[in-house]
Amino acid sequence: MDGIHDLGGLQGFGEVGYSPAEPVFRHRWEAMARALLIVVARAVEASGGEFRHSIERMEPGHYLTSSYYEHWLTAAATLAVEHGLMTHAELEARAGGRFPLSGPVLAPPVADAGPDVDAPRFAVGDHVRVREWHPPGHTRCPGYVRGKTGTVVRLDGSYSVPDIEAHGTARRREPTYSVRFDAADLWRDGQRGVWVHVDLWDSYLERS
Amino acid sequence: MTEGGHHPVPVSPAEQRVAALEALLTERGLVPDGFIEEITRRYESEIGPMNGAKVVARAWADPRYKQRLLADGTAAIGELGFGGPEGDHMVVVENTPRVHNVIVCTLCSCYPWPVLGLPPAWYKDPPYRARMVREPRTLLAEMGCQLPDDAEIRVWDSSAEVRYLVLPERPPGTEAMTEAELAGLVTRDSMIGVSRL
Repeated sequence: MDGIHDLGGLQGFGEVGYSPAEPVFRHRWEAMARALLIVVARAVEASGGEFRHSIERMEPGHYLTSSYYEHWLTAAATLAVEHGLMTHAELEARAGGRFPLSGPVLAPPVADAGPDVDAPRFAVGDHVRVREWHPPGHTRCPGYVRGKTGTVVRLDGSYSVPDIEAHGTARRREPTYSVRFDAADLWRDGQRGVWVHVDLWDSYLERS
Repeated sequence: MTEGGHHPVPVSPAEQRVAALEALLTERGLVPDGFIEEITRRYESEIGPMNGAKVVARAWADPRYKQRLLADGTAAIGELGFGGPEGDHMVVVENTPRVHNVIVCTLCSCYPWPVLGLPPAWYKDPPYRARMVREPRTLLAEMGCQLPDDAEIRVWDSSAEVRYLVLPERPPGTEAMTEAELAGLVTRDSMIGVSRL
């Protein structure tokens, strides 16, 4: 989905709230959110794709104004409700107020994933173009490289396609590649001497 | 105060929402005894940048280890006993006087847990994720990382299964140091690539 999580290249965010020394958990509830996410993900057997998509479906205003530990909390609660471990009403009754969950899945379940692909279509040095598409579900193809041309710099083996595993029990394996883009090809104001590398599944790419 | 308007019910503070989720999961028998304390302890004292620092110090001290580390990061990091979730497919990228590497995850918060621990808040927040791919030269300077104007910058967006670790340059004047002393020089931020040593 073209969601608020797809942040690469967006403008207007200002300074990074950088601190060289920062505790892992600033509050106990952050460690609890971390632990409870592990508990829920195991209980519902969520794939990495399904878990990430449960964060991506957060209401954009909530996403931008909450910390990542709150994203994990929202994901854990959303998956717990969607898999029937508890109801939204139970959560709100216990919390004594609103408990915002992520929005609904927009993509239909994937029934047939098709056969696994293990033979890479591309080799190091090949020029590839990223498909210009806008799937309604989960994808790991960042918006800022869609339609752009880059060069394959590394082959990383075959892995489950996130776009499929996020939407049901079907799975398909595909080769992945690290693709190098010249920043000047990504943005008109791209900085000189900057290479941006993005790791992409085979079906995101076409020969250039 | 009797306008009678529809005031939305306020969102509960995060602490209350976490407590609610914990209570409901515990009632269903899903939270093992001591699990939250175990996770807290693990990420506060076992899994963190001190692990990555040992990898970097070994690479500085042993050229053959460095060669293995750059050729197969996962296996070489495994030699020191580090591995597991978010560290199963490691690629180590080397800084030189002319090349600077920096890692980011524009889509979420991917980060090499076994060697760096959980990521700092700023790494996961929108400004870093939005800007590091588009204006790394500006952002690195803002964060105090000064590079020569003609240095090549390589940004690595962790968008699939690989997790990256930056191998910083060994600081001059450290020839006599032991490996343990070298590890003490290595910062988390130098291994993300937002600072140089």
